[in-house]
Amino acid sequence: MLHFPKWKIVLILTICFLGFAYAAPNLVDRSVTETWSRWLPSQQINLGLDLRGGSHLLLEVDVDAVTRERLESVVDITRTELRKARIGYTGLGIDGEAVVLQSRESGQVDEIRRLLSAIDPDLTVEAGEGGRVTIRVSETALTARKQAAVEQSIEIVRRRIDETGTREPTIQRQGEDRILVQLPGIDDPERIKALLGQTAKMVFRLVDTQNSQADAMAGRVPPGSQLLPSDQVGPDGRPQQQYLVERRVMVSGDTLVDAQPTFNNGEPVVSFRFDSVGAKRFGDVTAGNVGRPFAIVLDDKVISAPVIREPILGGSGVISGNFTVQEAQDLALLLRAGALPAPLVVLEERTVGPGLGADSIAAGEIAAVLGMVAVVVFMVIAYGLFGIIANVALVINLVLIVAALSALQATLTLPGIAGIVLTIGMAVDANVLVFERIREETRNGRPPVSAIDAGYNRAISTIIDSNLTTFIAAVLLYIFGSGPIRGFAVTLSIGLLTSMFTAIMVTRLIVVMWLRRTRPKTLPI
Amino acid sequence: MRPIQFFADSPKVPFMKYKNAGLAFAGLLMLITLVSLVIQGLNFGIDFRGGTLIEVRSTQGPADIPAMRNKVNGLGLGEVSMQEFGAPTDVLIRVQQQDGGEQAQQVAVEAVRGALGEGVEYRRVEFVGPKVGEELITYGTLAVVLALLAIMLYVWFRFEWQFGVCALLTLLHDVIAMIGLYSVLQLEFSLSTVAAILTIAGYSINDTVVVYDRIRENLRKYKKMDLRELCELSLNETLSRTVLTSGTTLLAIIALFAFGGPVIREFTGALIFGIVIGTFSSIFISAPLLLNLNLRRPPDKPVKDETAVGAQV
Repeated sequence: MLHFPKWKIVLILTICFLGFAYAAPNLVDRSVTETWSRWLPSQQINLGLDLRGGSHLLLEVDVDAVTRERLESVVDITRTELRKARIGYTGLGIDGEAVVLQSRESGQVDEIRRLLSAIDPDLTVEAGEGGRVTIRVSETALTARKQAAVEQSIEIVRRRIDETGTREPTIQRQGEDRILVQLPGIDDPERIKALLGQTAKMVFRLVDTQNSQADAMAGRVPPGSQLLPSDQVGPDGRPQQQYLVERRVMVSGDTLVDAQPTFNNGEPVVSFRFDSVGAKRFGDVTAGNVGRPFAIVLDDKVISAPVIREPILGGSGVISGNFTVQEAQDLALLLRAGALPAPLVVLEERTVGPGLGADSIAAGEIAAVLGMVAVVVFMVIAYGLFGIIANVALVINLVLIVAALSALQATLTLPGIAGIVLTIGMAVDANVLVFERIREETRNGRPPVSAIDAGYNRAISTIIDSNLTTFIAAVLLYIFGSGPIRGFAVTLSIGLLTSMFTAIMVTRLIVVMWLRRTRPKTLPI
Repeated sequence: MRPIQFFADSPKVPFMKYKNAGLAFAGLLMLITLVSLVIQGLNFGIDFRGGTLIEVRSTQGPADIPAMRNKVNGLGLGEVSMQEFGAPTDVLIRVQQQDGGEQAQQVAVEAVRGALGEGVEYRRVEFVGPKVGEELITYGTLAVVLALLAIMLYVWFRFEWQFGVCALLTLLHDVIAMIGLYSVLQLEFSLSTVAAILTIAGYSINDTVVVYDRIRENLRKYKKMDLRELCELSLNETLSRTVLTSGTTLLAIIALFAFGGPVIREFTGALIFGIVIGTFSSIFISAPLLLNLNLRRPPDKPVKDETAVGAQV
């Protein structure tokens, strides 16, 4: 028993030393650690959003919209091609995940197939009964398109969030079609949500002045046009006005290269600039339609519909629409960052204000210190000198937990603090097991050294069994938990491992040192 | 300094005499849980049911909850509950899941913000859509079921099958009793609750394994001893440790309960209950159950010195 191999002592001391080294950066301010040599550990514990305040948003890319849009474009292509080839049909439309139509004369399926596959090789055309034709988009093409939509969405989300000046945002893909956004320390998640909630597809379309808007409002909308609401909302929460707008897109917003908030006669407006293609098209259209109004449409809502007074050839212009300064800024931001390929839906939101986070940290610290003091006093009362040894191990244990959390850059959450406090209580368990064993062996008449030896040896298998079973539960909690719960599982697992180390190795070393020095006749336990 | 010994050198509590009383008490707990689940079910929080939770702090003295309720009730958002949370200035508002998918929830939060107006600080907003709620239910259930099975397999592997089965039954008892607590008191059943249940499962199995370890050791040591007597001896030998460990853990958790802030109070409260239940079950359920399962003694191996057990590490 008194023999403790040198390498083991070195190993134990090294681990403890590393523990203190990695825990140390948490004692000082972050700005101080940045000045340290890069050979020194300088990472601090990563606080979760529930402690530092901030927003956690789980977004889903509406990939069904991507499919729908794809199918709508197939409908358009089919309509154009069949008209060009003078093939008669009825009932062209979307049915589930396919486009269907009814051809007038049977036997035209091959012709339709030839036409469509020449344009779009991803399409398959099947003949059904009685001239029914089903056009499908291949699964791989759809999947690729959805993938691209998700990736592009992440990019746009990142651009929009970066533009707001949020510091250290985390934007990650999660699963098939989800995006996890974590924004530490923001005080106004509503603005971010509003920014992310808009697809921001902007198009310029001519207002239909040929047909009567009154007729359209009464339900007789001409085929080439559609009624769009104004984005100005009246006091009753309904759009103030409807516009009859041509379906044909004059110029699309993706040709914009810049947009900035500015002022025009004291009113906040957004100035924009087209690329050369957009500028040419905009110039052409405005030149041909002087005197007519055109609508600036954002996500199917009309922002404004100014009249074209003269051809706009410079490739730039301003959008005015009774904006507030903030609205003008946000619109410019959205136009700069680009349109989302599909709408985003907020599936889950957890926002914690900075006040609550700070309160939670303070409360967690008080609780941890008090819990620790209670356990320390209790251990001294129950085991005397050995209790003090266990307490030394407990402190080392806590240091090791902090060090492991810092080194692994695991996130500490409020339930995580609970995990640490729980570990403080359970960490002494391994020591209690050993000490109780030593007491028993002493009662059975063993002399001190032999009793301590037997105590450690017999307790070890129990310690390992009991801690490993708890560890299993913690690991499953980590796998299936989310957010703060994961933080709890992390601290619990780390705590279990460190407490096994301190109980089996550290206290044993201290006890052996003590035995060697004092050679007691009886044990104070 | 002389340590205080909390127990006599060799306590002789006649646990087996209380065996039936213990099992009956456990049965009663199960029955209460079942009845409560049938009658009032569980009070699912927004994690599982979907919906919105908003914690606000009034910046102008104590919050006037009736006035706030009046403002929000006019919005037609269905069931909205408000309660004081931790301090008179703080109010917890729960808005039920709105019809119309994820988008409708956002509109509801906006409406509540609008109605409450200035004079409140938003400390916390949590919103869980129906889709995520369903997934959280699936994952929560999976976590608990898999944890129980994994623990049973581990105990089976390390001991005999009887131990594995009894450990599982003991854990089921703990889990059901925890669920019962949430149902009877109608505490909010959330993701943290699942964490609390799993923690208690981990804690209770820790206790149980210590007892089983001693039974296994004594089975080798006292070849002739009556099983009943042997279980009782093992429980008494580990009693001091069981109570001390539960004591220290309770001390730490009670500190957290009292000072850890309102956000985790329900979580820590459940842990306190669970630690008591887990300690009870590892004494009064895990060992007595073994007696009912035809436990066989390990085959006669040459009696080796017990110190060899630890030598493997």
